[in-house]
Amino acid sequence: MAQIFHPSMKVISKASIVALVIIIGALSLAGVLSYRSSYYTSASEPREQVVPFSHEHHVSGLGIDCRYCHTSVEKSSFAGIPPTSTCMTCHSQVWTGSPLLAPVRESYRTNTPLLWNRVNDLPDFVFFNHSIHISKGMGCQTCHGQVDQMPLVWRQESLYMSWCLDCHRQPEKNIRPRSEVFNMKYKAPQNQEELGLKLVKEYSVKTKQLSDCSICHR
Amino acid sequence: MTNAPPLVAPGNTYATVTEKVAGDVLTRPTPRAWFVVFGVAFLLVMVFLGAVSYLFARGVGIWGVRIPIAWGYAIVNFVWWIGIGHAGTLISAILLLLHQHWRNSINRFAEAMTLFAVACAGMFPILHLGRPWLFYWLFPFPNPMNIWPQFRSPLIWDVFAVSTYATISFVYWYVGMIPDLASMRDRAKKRWVQVVFGMLSLGWRGAARHWHRYETVYLLLAGLATPLVVSVHSVVSFDFAISILPGWHSTIFPPYFVAGAIYSGFAMVLTLVIPVRKLYGLEGFITLRHLDYMAKVMLATGLIVAYGYLMEAFFAWYSGNPYERFMMFNRAAGPYALGYWALILCNILLPQLLWIKAVRQHMVGLFVISIIVNIGMWLERFVIVITSLHRDFIPSEWAMYYPTIWDWATFFGTIGLFLALMFLFIRFLPMMSMFELRQLIPVNGDRRGNGTDGGAHGR
Amino acid sequence: MSKDRTHPLDIASLRAKLGATSGQHYWRSLEELAGTKEFDEMLHREFPRQASEWPSSLDRRSFLKLMAASLALAGLSSCGVQPEEKIVPYVRTPEGVVPGLPLMYATAFVMGGYAVGTLVRSHEGRPTKIEGNPAHPASMGATDIFMQAAILTLYDPDRSQVVTRRGLVTPWEKFVEEIRPALDAQLALKGSGLRILTETITSPTFASQCRALQQRFPEARWHQYDAVGSDAVREGARLAFGSYLETHYRIDAADVIFSLDSDFLCYGPASLRYSREFASRRKPGSGEKHMNRLYVVESNATNTGASADHRLPMKPSQIEQAARLLAREIGLEGVQVGSMTLSDGQQRWVASAAKDLQAHRGACVVIPGEYQAASVHAIVHAVNQALGNAGRTVIHTDPVEARPENQLASLSALVSDMNAGKVDLLLMVGGNPVYDAPADQDFTKAMNNVPLRVHLGLYDDETASQSHWHIPQAHPLETWSDARAFDGTVTIMQPLIAPLFNGVSPHELLSVFLGETGVSSHDIVKNFWRSQQGDRGFESFWQDALNGGIVPATAAAVRNAIVSGSPASWAPAAAQTEGLEIAFRPDPTIWDGRFANNGWLQELPKPLTKLTWDNAAIMAPATAQRLGLATADLVSLTYKGRTQNFPVFILPGQPDGCVTVSFGYGRTRTGKVGSGTGFDAYRLRTSDALWSGGGLSVQKTGERYPLSVTQEHHAMEGRAPVRHATLADFLKHPEFASELVEAPAREETLYPEYKYEGYAWGMSIDLNACTGCSACVVACQAENNIPIVGKEQVANSREMHWLKIDQYFSGDLDNPRVDSQPRMCVHCENAPCEVVCPVAATVHDSEGLNVMVYNRCVGTRYCSNNCPYKVRRFNFLEYSDNQALTFAMQKNPDVSVRSRGVMEKCTYCVQRISAARIEAKKEDRPIRDGEVVTACQSACPAQAIVFGDINDMKTKVRQSKSDPRTYGLLAELNTRPRTTYLAKVTNPNPEIEEESHSS
Repeated sequence: MAQIFHPSMKVISKASIVALVIIIGALSLAGVLSYRSSYYTSASEPREQVVPFSHEHHVSGLGIDCRYCHTSVEKSSFAGIPPTSTCMTCHSQVWTGSPLLAPVRESYRTNTPLLWNRVNDLPDFVFFNHSIHISKGMGCQTCHGQVDQMPLVWRQESLYMSWCLDCHRQPEKNIRPRSEVFNMKYKAPQNQEELGLKLVKEYSVKTKQLSDCSICHR
Repeated sequence: MTNAPPLVAPGNTYATVTEKVAGDVLTRPTPRAWFVVFGVAFLLVMVFLGAVSYLFARGVGIWGVRIPIAWGYAIVNFVWWIGIGHAGTLISAILLLLHQHWRNSINRFAEAMTLFAVACAGMFPILHLGRPWLFYWLFPFPNPMNIWPQFRSPLIWDVFAVSTYATISFVYWYVGMIPDLASMRDRAKKRWVQVVFGMLSLGWRGAARHWHRYETVYLLLAGLATPLVVSVHSVVSFDFAISILPGWHSTIFPPYFVAGAIYSGFAMVLTLVIPVRKLYGLEGFITLRHLDYMAKVMLATGLIVAYGYLMEAFFAWYSGNPYERFMMFNRAAGPYALGYWALILCNILLPQLLWIKAVRQHMVGLFVISIIVNIGMWLERFVIVITSLHRDFIPSEWAMYYPTIWDWATFFGTIGLFLALMFLFIRFLPMMSMFELRQLIPVNGDRRGNGTDGGAHGR
Repeated sequence: MSKDRTHPLDIASLRAKLGATSGQHYWRSLEELAGTKEFDEMLHREFPRQASEWPSSLDRRSFLKLMAASLALAGLSSCGVQPEEKIVPYVRTPEGVVPGLPLMYATAFVMGGYAVGTLVRSHEGRPTKIEGNPAHPASMGATDIFMQAAILTLYDPDRSQVVTRRGLVTPWEKFVEEIRPALDAQLALKGSGLRILTETITSPTFASQCRALQQRFPEARWHQYDAVGSDAVREGARLAFGSYLETHYRIDAADVIFSLDSDFLCYGPASLRYSREFASRRKPGSGEKHMNRLYVVESNATNTGASADHRLPMKPSQIEQAARLLAREIGLEGVQVGSMTLSDGQQRWVASAAKDLQAHRGACVVIPGEYQAASVHAIVHAVNQALGNAGRTVIHTDPVEARPENQLASLSALVSDMNAGKVDLLLMVGGNPVYDAPADQDFTKAMNNVPLRVHLGLYDDETASQSHWHIPQAHPLETWSDARAFDGTVTIMQPLIAPLFNGVSPHELLSVFLGETGVSSHDIVKNFWRSQQGDRGFESFWQDALNGGIVPATAAAVRNAIVSGSPASWAPAAAQTEGLEIAFRPDPTIWDGRFANNGWLQELPKPLTKLTWDNAAIMAPATAQRLGLATADLVSLTYKGRTQNFPVFILPGQPDGCVTVSFGYGRTRTGKVGSGTGFDAYRLRTSDALWSGGGLSVQKTGERYPLSVTQEHHAMEGRAPVRHATLADFLKHPEFASELVEAPAREETLYPEYKYEGYAWGMSIDLNACTGCSACVVACQAENNIPIVGKEQVANSREMHWLKIDQYFSGDLDNPRVDSQPRMCVHCENAPCEVVCPVAATVHDSEGLNVMVYNRCVGTRYCSNNCPYKVRRFNFLEYSDNQALTFAMQKNPDVSVRSRGVMEKCTYCVQRISAARIEAKKEDRPIRDGEVVTACQSACPAQAIVFGDINDMKTKVRQSKSDPRTYGLLAELNTRPRTTYLAKVTNPNPEIEEESHSS
């Protein structure tokens, strides 16, 4: 009786088996990579804001310290977004007419807050505290990147738990002297490893405890 | 078994076997009864889908689960189905290795049943999760949270045990079917049917080399599957045995669960085989002798289970542990005592009738008993899961468990799913292993084939 | 429901079963013991609740969605791209606010006019939690359930939000404008047609406004009425001393305490203080060999009775007999005992108690219940004086109320005036008389004769519906005011948040009647105090008063009062005592109905009954047996010709022949939460029997009414969750508790020991101190964003309380001993829950906490099954939907809100630990003892809960754990709980012990 399949099927069928394996592998790999990619985490893409506030200009240009605006960063879990009044301390004198600053003046006059888009947004079940990181020698840079070179701020890191854990398991890799925390120019020294370990000891950072769930989740 | 009745009714030849089995799929019209059963099953499947959708919409709170009875019907059904899923592998693998040729006429069927039972079972652990969409967290895979599952938890062992079992059962079942799929292909008339079976039979031509490889693979798989029969339900039993809950925390659980599993498995095979045999007129292939054997296996495993119950009671008393003792007392005399005694009746007392040959070979009687055992085994899991939980250490937390319609809907839904799959299988695939059946046909008069050269008798 | 349940309990056979067993035997819930088994029923009739999961529960759910809102809900969904989030900075940062850091403000909570000092925690202007003010005499840092729950009422979206005229929304200005002519009219009449009805007032500012009003309208009248008032207390003082005097007690100075139907440990303006003082004298073991002794005679089962060394239940009518008997026994002249229905045994009991009191002259105290007759109070004053307690344990001061009066008389006067058409303008400031005035007064009818009726209230309630004008009242946390504590100390109350629903404060409303306009309550209060203090140094005075939460030197003057009236003249009240007696009580959780719409209090299990969401006709087993009733039978109570339905609840310890019903339920006009709950007891209440009376008749309706209780089983099953000894036995054998059950040696575990270099948190709970008042339960709920689940879910035992108070009954069915035990996660060293979680969502942390990671939990619920303490709670459904944003505002931002399908449990308030740890680390110092205070601990008035670092030998908790009474719950399982208990030790009177054994 007639053959059901054309002889070529012999090859095709075998090939298809191999192909199947490859395709599945490739797809899952692609999935994993894209999940970790900045495309998915939207890291390093500048966020539009009501006022095109440039950290680059204010920090490296004018040399304003982080704490001038983010006042509560040393006291509180929340670094603090400056009230409009802070902006107006200068901008009631300089650039008073600038159309770019219209929203700021508007907000100040009508007493309605400016709405900023959150750039570094952790899930609500993660309880991050700025003040402790500051006091234990974690530089702003370490997580926020070179904010002093960001015209519009973008998120530097994925903010995945794995990223948090990398540092919480080995703080010595990133820890720096307290004096350098707000220094945007700070470069990690060659002997970071040993300096790190020394500082971890000095600042009594309990590395073992840092990977407890209860440190971040409540 | 010299003068035992033959395993295949006299008068059958290779041709008749093939004709019969393949014919049911390809040529002969589907019996009306099939449509009836499948129709009912299909409706139940719809019920199941409804119940599950509502479950996902609202949460497990739609079930009767509560504190302290945090596990309810979902787990009862899970264990029950997994148990049922044991007969298949046992029959096909272990009996194969033990050269029990009578298995040849029922192994295909039993394997299919196993597969579908495990499918039903496998759903429950996921359905019963508070957040089922996160079930994949139970699998170890590199993730951006940098955490792994907790390998100390029996539930993780479960994941591996059950998934392995499901995979092996499938492969075993499928590989075993290849030669038959090929003969279906060859006998098929319609083009598309040929193509389908052609694809499925993976280019089987019945060449000696094929048969040789086939035999090897089949044996290897049998060897692989055999330990699983023991391991799977042992692991399932760990879900309970590992805990500290009186009524769960018990060392005899693994053997007693495995025995129970086989017990219920064979019961389910009988429950299905007896009517199907009648429906498709397979008395010639699934003979009284088969049923007799299966009944005996049930009797044996049933006695092991009985021993298990006995030991539970004994240890509760012997341990001197007040909590254990109370647990036993509560089972036998507490609010759910009815369930416990019903279980004793179904699983221990009634099956004793199987000592009587007349009963073993009496279709209706056997069928009824098999049903009773199925119920009994479900009750066993109910007693273990719920009566142990509802009154444990802290009296102020004691409560009663009341299942909701959704509990029932999900349970009967899976039964529907099981039947539906089963009947689809019966309708579209060879429900008996033709080539293995042929081995049971006396080649010339007196000698009964022992299967060693069975493969050679191709078409 | 099925019929077999309606069969009466066979109490007789039940007694027989008990009789066969000896003293310390613990029995089961009545249904079980009696053998009318709910369970058979459940097996016979297939699974009763199967329908309960929908539609019925769906409508309930619809309000539940409102009840527990969440900001952080999104947080618990699995990983994925998050929604855009906005940051809203201040335009001008308010002084003192640091974003992210909570602030505490001192103010007060007022109940029945009396203030208790509070410290309220505020996050960026959101009040989120109420704590007690340690500096305040009535609080001493503790809180009660009502204080804790007040925060929920603040955010209740069902509070009335708009001024209405005849139900139509009208601006406040309109009211001010329209009320003026009416007032002018009254000016002409000297205000003879003006009546003001308020609740009990202690506020100096309000009082001064009322005086001003009196000047403006000389013939206007100011009436006060509180449904749960204490007229008898006032009148009793007048009988005894000839004038109104305030009385309070120094419990810590008393060796012997005799309570005449007073629940002084749990309710009343000074109960927090009393509870603290009482517990301070019940700490044997640590060197101390002595304890105080408490006798309680009571007409309904209370927590105070449960804490007593000797409790004697009797009918309400018999309490006065007991009082008079007591007076005679201590040799008080002229007290007539009158008819005596007390049994010989009871009389002997009282006699021995009297002997004990006399043996401690000057160091004992007799406390009359505020729901007792004036004559009882008068007698007790005489008794205390005769025992030399006056000035020692009993303190008399000038009245604290702005104008003490007989409120019932005052109300009746108002009603008759209204009926007589003498009233043109009725102003009701707070209160809900239409709902809670005595039934015979028919306030509604009278009120409808008044041409202009104005009502100020938190809710658009029954009274509002009968008023022309309803004005939303500002919540105490939204406005300025002041109030006095039980001892007269004044607290100036400051707002923590601007009125959410444009509420108006009583002061502002009154100022309108004073012809002032646009005066803020801030100015009113401040000006009043300026007028009191004078300008010099006023600002600093003001600041200190606000910061400290009390105004120094405002306590009422202590009076050395001498009983002037002659006891002979205090005739026994001629109460009808035949037949069944009924006792009215404020509800233990929703009081007089003012908390009917407060979900926390509705779902808070009531003491002893553990009933939620309903009230019931509580009766003794014997009574129920005679009437052939079972729990949850719906009966109709007929009293003085008025009839009302109630479900039966059978409570061991309730005096035979007395049916207790509580007020506050059966509201016809309240919010989503309160409507449809319980039955209205006010319908049966008349002026001549405000608190109790005889001649009640009970008819079975044949219907059943399902009740939701959180504890179905009150027997210990011969296990020993609560361990107990008498003082004598304890002194002989101090280690009895830990030796009762043998705990395995530490080595007996395969897992390696945990090492704790730093802190190791632990807790110790003193069962001798715990009265079961449940303040901790609500505190925990407020601090940890615990949702309520509603009646049906409670019936399915799915209540979410992390902390529960178990109550176990034992011994005599008519007068069982009751043991209360707070139970929450004990944070095991070898935690069974940890090993079984497949995703490591519950783990051990390096300070020994058993941590529950909500966002990792997939909800297998294995941990709960494997938890021998059954302290884990599961979100079976979405209990915390973010519907009402106002509720979201109450949520503690430092605690995740849990979504459906997630397990949760006590965390030892890990958020507070972390906060303390971070502060300490920033200052490079260790956390100080007492720096971390759990919510339950800070709430507890008796200081029964101690928490701290058990690695440090010097901490309080470590010392507490070294008490010989220490034992671990289920320690025999080698779980090695971090929370341990101090066993209960009672101090019975040997004489009465004999008695009870011989009889």
